[in-house]
Amino acid sequence: MALGVSRQPYRHGVENISFKARVEELSGQNLNLCYQCGACSSGCPLSREMDLLPSKVMRLVQLGRDDPLYSRTIWICSTCFECEVRCPRGIDIASVMEALRQLMLRRKYSEVRLESLDPEELGRLPQIAVISNLRKMMA
Amino acid sequence: MSHRLAYYPGCTLKTNAINYEISAIASSKALGIELVELPRWNCCGTVHALARDDVMHYIAPVRNLIRVEQMRGSGLVDEGRLVTLCEMCYNTLRRADMGVKEDQERRRKLRDIMEEEPPYRGEVEVVHLLQLVKELGWGKVRERVERPLRGLRVAPYYGCLLLRPRGLAIDDYNNPTIMERLVESLGAEVVEIPFKAKCCGSYQTVHMSQVAAMLSHRILRQAMEGGADMITLACPLCEYNLGERQERIRGLFPDLKYLPVLYFTQLMALAFGLEGSAGLEFNNPDPRPLLRSKGLLGESRK
Repeated sequence: MALGVSRQPYRHGVENISFKARVEELSGQNLNLCYQCGACSSGCPLSREMDLLPSKVMRLVQLGRDDPLYSRTIWICSTCFECEVRCPRGIDIASVMEALRQLMLRRKYSEVRLESLDPEELGRLPQIAVISNLRKMMA
Repeated sequence: MSHRLAYYPGCTLKTNAINYEISAIASSKALGIELVELPRWNCCGTVHALARDDVMHYIAPVRNLIRVEQMRGSGLVDEGRLVTLCEMCYNTLRRADMGVKEDQERRRKLRDIMEEEPPYRGEVEVVHLLQLVKELGWGKVRERVERPLRGLRVAPYYGCLLLRPRGLAIDDYNNPTIMERLVESLGAEVVEIPFKAKCCGSYQTVHMSQVAAMLSHRILRQAMEGGADMITLACPLCEYNLGERQERIRGLFPDLKYLPVLYFTQLMALAFGLEGSAGLEFNNPDPRPLLRSKGLLGESRK
């Protein structure tokens, strides 16, 4: 893939199926419902910053491919739920993004480390910003 | 006698957003609502536990809901509704409440984990102050106005968490109008912005401030191009991204006008003649020069 995230060619095997099942279990969403209309990607306020559009994330996970785990997209998502209200199939895509983040966080991957933040800046930020950011970004 | 309702402030209402709290308490009182702060409240968690197997992050919000039931039991409040101000608190508490009510298995698990607390009976309804004001009626709001905000052009901005996900929207999630009606009732003029419910960058402001700045900039620019004098909103994190960060955004986009950002409760306090409780001195950018130039501060009462 042009994204620099994929490491292996697609294989339809047990691993792929179990990855998809895990994402469905964590997100509580039926991924098969997605028919690739792209409404989530067009509504997403942050899609410009993403390496994989939300609709592409949906398609890859549908196929059991775990590429999205290594994308920037899941960390760029700000959980604004714009995709959730736009999806004509009623899929809560924000929860799928959360499931993907959780799979990384539970492997002890941290996108943000507290010590990397500027202490002066931390003093100015509202607590809700810091707590929510670390809830989403830190293992 | 005023109607007593349980009130959950949350962490930021006691620090960065103290102006939100002061003005909310004063303006609610003017409308006959006494906001009674929860005794011993704790952090709501700020974001909902979206992963379906995450029961742990229900504990903090549900504990707050139990406190409301206890308050009601001891007669401190008149009903079972819990009033919130911060959008993140509203969303997190509301979703936790919904999540417990819709899933008996989750509820049972929580009861087992939280053995030090009485079980949550599910008798609390989480609401946002805007809903209460709407319920009172715009007529009642207009009656209470002592100093109409004439000549002030205000762009309401909703952010995300009062409207999405759709199950908990306090208004039409596609085209909310609750703040527009409030602004009109206070005598000000509404400036509609297309991105009134688009994300401001939220918590990404912590480690990707440039990305948040781009999103906030689009909202500010729309308000500016619509001829707004100021923005009004309901979330301390949006306030930070659009207000506190504005000087830095102006560093990237030097033609951006100075646009004060006020909580809707501050507008209510001003219009209700409660200037001393509007907490304007805590806002950045300072809204006072603008309000003075419009004759809406001090002795220039109309």
